[in-house]
Amino acid sequence: MKRIAVALLFFAGLLLIWELAVRSGRWSAVLLPSPIYVAEYIWYALLDGTLIESTWVTLKRLLVGYIAGVLIGLPLGLLTSTSQFLEDTLGALALGFQTLPSVCWVPLALVWFGQTEGAMLFVVIMGTVWSVIIATDHGARNIPPIYARAARTMGSEGFHKWTRVILPASLPFLVSGMKQGWAFAWRSLMAAEIYVTILTGFGLGHLLHYGRELNAMDQVIGIMIVIVVIGLLVDRLLFSPWERFLHTRWGTNLKEG
Amino acid sequence: MEVLTTVSSETRLPKLEIEGVSKWFTPKRSLMVQALDNVSLSVTKGEFVCLLGPSGCGKSTLLNIIAGLTKPDDGRVLADGKVIEGPGRQRLVMFQESALFPWLDAFGNVMFGLKLKPDLTNAERRKIADEYLDLVGLEKFKHAHIHELSGGMKQRVALARALAPDPHVLLMDEPFAALDAMTRDQLYDDIQRIWMESRKTIVFVTHNVREAVCLGDRIVLMSPSPGRIQQVFEIPLPRPRDINSQELAAYASKIAAALKGTANGASSE
Repeated sequence: MKRIAVALLFFAGLLLIWELAVRSGRWSAVLLPSPIYVAEYIWYALLDGTLIESTWVTLKRLLVGYIAGVLIGLPLGLLTSTSQFLEDTLGALALGFQTLPSVCWVPLALVWFGQTEGAMLFVVIMGTVWSVIIATDHGARNIPPIYARAARTMGSEGFHKWTRVILPASLPFLVSGMKQGWAFAWRSLMAAEIYVTILTGFGLGHLLHYGRELNAMDQVIGIMIVIVVIGLLVDRLLFSPWERFLHTRWGTNLKEG
Repeated sequence: MEVLTTVSSETRLPKLEIEGVSKWFTPKRSLMVQALDNVSLSVTKGEFVCLLGPSGCGKSTLLNIIAGLTKPDDGRVLADGKVIEGPGRQRLVMFQESALFPWLDAFGNVMFGLKLKPDLTNAERRKIADEYLDLVGLEKFKHAHIHELSGGMKQRVALARALAPDPHVLLMDEPFAALDAMTRDQLYDDIQRIWMESRKTIVFVTHNVREAVCLGDRIVLMSPSPGRIQQVFEIPLPRPRDINSQELAAYASKIAAALKGTANGASSE
């Protein structure tokens, strides 16, 4: 309870400093709108549905692409962990592409898929898949060998071994890899949405883009806040439960719950 | 000394037959080390055998070969007359570290092996898991996370996990080596009680002479470089044995003297 109060106080303080900066008159109200106007924008955008709709469009792209990326990355990562050959080939490829900022996929996606949902999906998958491959590979390779031996003596083999021993045992690596994949996907999708207009749906990135075109800084800042809030919510809802699980089960202190 | 070396007159079925097993390792490309040299040993059903020796005598390697985790380079091991080709549910291993799975609680760990055993309903599995946690005195810690348990409790869970699927043979690789003396003494009582009740065949690897005398019907003394069987001792002391008793100490000092000989022999090589 005390922690929540401290956080609330901190953010209230930030808003206050912001409002005071606006009132000082040093900056043009067009460039730096008052937090009240930003709040107003968010409120009306919520009421007329544009915010909900574009959030839904963005999240749908993100979730579909992310889930596809994880579903592709997990088995590939497990595969590269099993053989030196795959590690030296596919593993090296994954490592290379992981260092590539995922925004760099956007031009290629546009040429290949045009201004379609496919391009968006491609960018998100490319942002996710390499991190997940590397984290899975790393996790599966770093399992204490004694787990695998104990499992073998108890008769765990094949599919059972992979799903009941290797995957859960590499969970600490998997969770951090999936988190990184999520961050990459989220960033690259925003870049893609700002970069290209796709008629099948206006996402948050588009609202941000048009806010700039219209010189509506209350919209730009409002959308930025929404993006931050979504990022925080996803972290809390999607990853915190896993991190808490790791914390209580492994006794590690990856993150305070 | 003659008491120590008399062979049991009781002829029972051999549970495990180790026939001329040799094993080499290549720790470096140019280096080849023989871990086991032509080791033969027969273990009868329900017997408690301790493999005793200094480090490097190949006792853990031999245990892994019996478990089916390692293949011998020469010779073979038979369980119930069948050549061991790989790990099997009839021979479960308890390792020095508990090797418990941190993503499962104590109960989940005991259930792991049971779930791999067909012909049981889930209700039966849960009942068996409860029974074995009870047997090792951890019924209250059923839902404890692994990292919350002490070293001794972890090994108790590991023991319950190994016993629950009802294997014929229990292979124990220095399971108490990392524990403090008081916890160990308690576990010696427990393991003897459980063995007397269940009459499993147990092969127990240790470098601790007293531990071997306290637990084993027979002690197989091994010498290093290459690993060979040096001498076999019968321990006819009544059970349950107290590790701090006088008789046990007398046996232990004799075997310790023989063990010292093997270690000295190795270092002078």
